Amino acid sequence: MTTAPTAPALAMPRIRPGRIVIWTLLFLGGVIMVTPLIFMFSTSLKTAGQVYDLRMIPAAPTLDNYIKVLSDGRFLRWFFNSTIIALTVTLSNVFFDSLVGYTLAKFRFRGRYFVFLAILSTLMIPTEMLVIPWYLMSAEFGWLNSYWGIMFPGMMTAFGTFLMKQFFETVPDDFLEAARIDGLNEFTIWWRIAMPLVTPALSALAIFTFLGNWTAFFWPLIVTTSQELYTLPIGLSSFAVEQAIQWEMIMTGASLATLPTLLVFLLLQRYIVRGVMLAGLKG
Amino acid sequence: MATIALRNLVKSYGKAEVIHGINLDIADGEFVVFVGPSGCGKSTTLRMIAGLEEVSGGDILIGDQVVNELDPKRRNIAMVFQNYAIYPHMSVRQNIAFGLYTSPLSRDQKDARVTEAAKMLGLEALLDRRPAALSGGQRQRVAIGRAMVRNPAAFLFDEPLSNLDAQLRAQMRIEIKRLHQRLGTTIAYVTHDQIEAMTMADRIVVMRDGHILQSGTPTEIYDAPVDVFTAQFIGSPSMNLLPAVDAGGRIVAQPGGPLLVGLRPHDLVVGVPDGAFTVSGEVTAVEPLGHETLVHFLAEGRPVTATAPARMIPAIGGTVQASAAAGALYLFDAATEKAMGRR
Repeated sequence: MTTAPTAPALAMPRIRPGRIVIWTLLFLGGVIMVTPLIFMFSTSLKTAGQVYDLRMIPAAPTLDNYIKVLSDGRFLRWFFNSTIIALTVTLSNVFFDSLVGYTLAKFRFRGRYFVFLAILSTLMIPTEMLVIPWYLMSAEFGWLNSYWGIMFPGMMTAFGTFLMKQFFETVPDDFLEAARIDGLNEFTIWWRIAMPLVTPALSALAIFTFLGNWTAFFWPLIVTTSQELYTLPIGLSSFAVEQAIQWEMIMTGASLATLPTLLVFLLLQRYIVRGVMLAGLKG
Repeated sequence: MATIALRNLVKSYGKAEVIHGINLDIADGEFVVFVGPSGCGKSTTLRMIAGLEEVSGGDILIGDQVVNELDPKRRNIAMVFQNYAIYPHMSVRQNIAFGLYTSPLSRDQKDARVTEAAKMLGLEALLDRRPAALSGGQRQRVAIGRAMVRNPAAFLFDEPLSNLDAQLRAQMRIEIKRLHQRLGTTIAYVTHDQIEAMTMADRIVVMRDGHILQSGTPTEIYDAPVDVFTAQFIGSPSMNLLPAVDAGGRIVAQPGGPLLVGLRPHDLVVGVPDGAFTVSGEVTAVEPLGHETLVHFLAEGRPVTATAPARMIPAIGGTVQASAAAGALYLFDAATEKAMGRR
């Protein structure tokens, strides 16, 4: 007696219980992160009367708030200020942090460890402790109410220097020595050879610095008194005080303020991921 | 092209001296291979010639000029590194052209040099590729191309084939040798692989612990090693050494004897009934290689390697007898390990 061959059972992927727990936790974490953003965007599409209607999708969405905010000259000014400050500080960090990090990683000189420890030790000092000396210094040099006054404390950071030093240490010396034999000077070796080899770290540093400065609140609030020099976070907070908390306007401003950070992240995220992975591999 | 001379060259790191006043003359167009175990100072010597390490004492001359204080770029030398050191963010063309970065040549002249080097190294079809898309051998050729375009006075190679597999290494050995024959440029080449040294060098410099033990043609070093270390380092499989005595003109193995008798495995043949020196022992391993068989056995408690005809494969655990003909015995003083000639 023969039996008809049975169709092979469809292989069901085995889902392990641990995976389900992890996915559930990640999903919940994602929801917690994204909900305020969605709520912000949703509120920006509501009228003043609908603000306390907590539905995620507004009953009658409107772009009036965007028109109002964008036609207010102050908002554009603050946007411009934030852009200039965040970009300048980012470029400065990318340049100087990596220059110092490279020097500490690749040159042997007396006092190298002392310099590195001195830079690193500044990470232990909280910003709140530094604000008074920064303010006194700014007042002394006439930097209050100026772009430079807002930017100077962040033009170079210990974190950035540390990050770049760690990455430059992973660049094989042979690359640099080959360039030295080819006749390049030390600055060109750094710029043409070493910098392109640490692009992931540079991208990560650029993103962290840009985001940090775009959202900076404490120091810009202290060092500026003129509305002309406000950055977006300070300007938006002044909306709340001046206009008896118009939440729909604040949320509209915040939604617009989020766009550049989203853009920066979307453009550079693959480098960030690579940077984090490389850092992990190096242990 | 240029000569290279080392005069009492010393290198110290703090109080630790690692190169102890070595002297060497490399002739114009000569292919000299520095060989020795890890830590013997061969790479440090090469890096001092390149200008990548400071000289602690003595002089380095390239041509007639003392170059101790000159930057690497002013020495007119090119170096090829163990891990290629070709830039991953540049194409093959850009990498090769990078050797001319500071050259006053016109763009057209630079392009012509790059094309010529690429043609010579068989890289023409790969010029627009990135290093990540190349094999190990191709990458090493790019590194050589970058060195070539500058027309340097001398090439320095620092273990350039170490990262390649055995087959590719054999192929690249021939290519580098051919390149030297074609260009005629002085080459200083560092390796720990004695086969590379034997097959490529006009002259081999054997180093150990920061000293030059011996310098000579591959045949000279193979036939007349100055001491036990050189004798065992050069030649594959390594030379056998057994304690022996001179018994009225005939060398006989004897534990604790005042002599060490050195026997190259290819001179010690299994199955030959008699010779100038005979040794026997229990077979511990057999390696049939096709054209011959390597037989490992223990004699007087020491491991010995001998050869047997291709089809002769002795049983493990059995006893074999191997003999060497007259003239194949290398004698060394057991106390000083210095050579005492051949017998």
